[in-house]
Amino acid sequence: MVLEKALPEQTHARYWRKPLDIDSQKIPRGKVHIIDVRCKECGFCIEFCPKDVLEKSDKYNRKGYNVVRVVKGREDMCVACKHCEDICPEFALWIEEVKG
Amino acid sequence: MRGAVLTGAHFMNGDIAAAEGAIAAGCRFFAGYPITPATEVTERMAERLPEVNGRYIQMEDEIGSMAAILGASAAGMKSMTSTSGPGFSLMMENIGLGAMMEIPCVVLDVQRGGPSTGLPTLVAQQDMMQARWGSHGDYALVAYCPNSPQEMFNLAIQAFNTAEKYRIPALIMADESIGHMTEKVVIPEQGAIHLVGRKKPTVPPEQYVPFRPDEDLIPPMALAGEGYFVRMTGLTHDEYGRPAINLDAQTKLIPRLTEKIHKHASDIIEYEEMQMEDADVVVVAYGITSRCVRRSVELARKDGVRAGLFRLITAWPFPEKKVKELASRVKAFVVPEINLGQMVLEVERAVAGRVPVRSVTYHGGGLPSPELTYKTIIEVAK
Amino acid sequence: MSAPFVDKLEGLEDVHPADKWLRTDMLPHIWCPGCGLGIVLNAYIKAAEKAQIPREKRVVVSGIGCSGRAAGYLNQDSYHTTHGRSIAFATGIKIARPDLNVAVISGDGDLFAIGGNHFIHAARRNMDIKVICVNNFNYGMTGGQGGPTTPIGAKTTTTPYGGFEHPFNLPWLAATCGAVYVARWTTLDSRRLRDSIAEALTKKGFAFVEVISPCPIGFGRPNKIGSGLDEMKMYMDKWDLKPPNWITQEGSNPREADITLGKPIVVGKFVDIDKPTFLDLYWKILPHKEETPLNDVEKKQVAGAKA
Repeated sequence: MVLEKALPEQTHARYWRKPLDIDSQKIPRGKVHIIDVRCKECGFCIEFCPKDVLEKSDKYNRKGYNVVRVVKGREDMCVACKHCEDICPEFALWIEEVKG
Repeated sequence: MRGAVLTGAHFMNGDIAAAEGAIAAGCRFFAGYPITPATEVTERMAERLPEVNGRYIQMEDEIGSMAAILGASAAGMKSMTSTSGPGFSLMMENIGLGAMMEIPCVVLDVQRGGPSTGLPTLVAQQDMMQARWGSHGDYALVAYCPNSPQEMFNLAIQAFNTAEKYRIPALIMADESIGHMTEKVVIPEQGAIHLVGRKKPTVPPEQYVPFRPDEDLIPPMALAGEGYFVRMTGLTHDEYGRPAINLDAQTKLIPRLTEKIHKHASDIIEYEEMQMEDADVVVVAYGITSRCVRRSVELARKDGVRAGLFRLITAWPFPEKKVKELASRVKAFVVPEINLGQMVLEVERAVAGRVPVRSVTYHGGGLPSPELTYKTIIEVAK
Repeated sequence: MSAPFVDKLEGLEDVHPADKWLRTDMLPHIWCPGCGLGIVLNAYIKAAEKAQIPREKRVVVSGIGCSGRAAGYLNQDSYHTTHGRSIAFATGIKIARPDLNVAVISGDGDLFAIGGNHFIHAARRNMDIKVICVNNFNYGMTGGQGGPTTPIGAKTTTTPYGGFEHPFNLPWLAATCGAVYVARWTTLDSRRLRDSIAEALTKKGFAFVEVISPCPIGFGRPNKIGSGLDEMKMYMDKWDLKPPNWITQEGSNPREADITLGKPIVVGKFVDIDKPTFLDLYWKILPHKEETPLNDVEKKQVAGAKA
């Protein structure tokens, strides 16, 4: 119960004990930057984001793809793992680590 | 250990002389694959290059050899490979890449009888058209035809100068007889050897446009690892080296690749004239054939026929203007060659029917007999 | 101009951290939506950054096919050569300039069908080049034909009844030919892929990294896998709609790394050994004149070889 309070949101992970350094650890935060013209709607970032921060928008870019966008209300959920940045084949999105 | 230029008089075969010429010209990278009758070049390079801080590699095939010398040259080393017919065929694709990427290098083809494995140890001159048209697409290269070990040495240097100057693969179309002939070769002092360097960019990297030609149609060449961030592709490309698969880019690039040679043809073309001042019948020959048919010219002269010998030193580009000019004052052309008539097509094209052109064909496998050419001279002189 | 030219299109006010390594005037690239090649290119860029290889020392050589285009997108020295000959071309560059970090990024067909001979010999010589093979099990650029890696039973336009040739097991091939570093990842293993490429780039000798990559058009469609995303999901949990999961085994035997439909894909690092490179032995065995100028890298090599 203590653990769940310590984590800012629900997580799939279940720990049988509280990590010793949990109070000193700070979860990083990230800001998603999307370069609309490059997106080809492959959906990799949406599918593999562990925090479900991204979704398909109804906005088309000049190539006719529905570009990805951040889910309204989940802007602060990004933990800057940068998996989306790494698996985006189009160099269309990147994560800025937010300090503080 | 020996230096790069073995100044002095030597007794060496044509293949070795070509290797020495290359080293004297500054060639420091050789990728090769053993093939008769060009193996001696590879062997000599394997022995000599380490002595001059050069690098030798025996590749897995001729395709790899050709690709490797382009890579080495793109990184700044003067590079060369040598081969014979079957290997020359394998090199064709990457000779085209060299023409497209405009990478200087030298390819020595010591011709033997073909097609296919043909006559590995015996002479022929059957790759002359392949030298011009062998790789697919439109391009132009320069091909030299040495007729002695001394000329193997000289033309190896010349081929490097041409390759560097015009950014092309330059070809040396030797033949088995010249490659295996042992004669006196005089190697001059280092200072007496004239070398031409590659045109380098004079602007900083951010202003450098890798395929924007100067007025001479040749773009300056930046190397790998110089901070110019060169982008080269075998695709049709624009001036920036970007792949551009369209009519405009093709129209701009491909004519330039041929035009850069044609524009400088008069500087490139070399030939030798013997007894041509008063000649009525001109024998056009190259390589070993040019030596055999000197006898034919002498015999004809003895019979009172004013014959002369016009020897091609550059087969490509073909000395079209000169042959045209000759056609206006001589009575006939005789073109002996060790093939079923290749360069004769060029002579016919230049002569354009103004005077008779007779092809004398030798099939390869032995030296051309002067007799046959002599008879033809007499026949056309009638 | 070879300096990056940033497209001033709408939405481009954000500059991707990889942009300084890319020729952004060429983006968006030619690869299909859902193709994994961009991931590999991204991984190379990040790996080279991680390995701290300065831009002027990086060279990428590529062959023909979709993967062949990778070289041209990089804002560094890049050579897009003929089909199958990228390794031979790279060999020339490396020998001429041993101080450069020469990588080959190319496809399975280019490297192992038409270019197989160059691959095995470069590995045998322990030529100091890094080969990143993007394996999508087919020839994508020409429209999805079968190739030397097409699994038995897999459909392509030239194996309409299913592949019936034994495919190559690339890590095993590389290992037996003498590669000093052999690894395989999928495009989904983005971080391990990047770290592995960084390791390969800094490894002395012939390093080989195979990347299993989705090809939704050439391979996904005929095999009813679906989109590139579906193929990526397959790396996550199933292969040909059948469990079990793919396996990561550090140091596992490459001999057992065959790729078979319906069986797990083994990924991981298979080989990481040390042995003298081509140039090490060249300097050790061949004579060279002390007075001829050697650059610093060569001097180090000579000293190392003689020690």
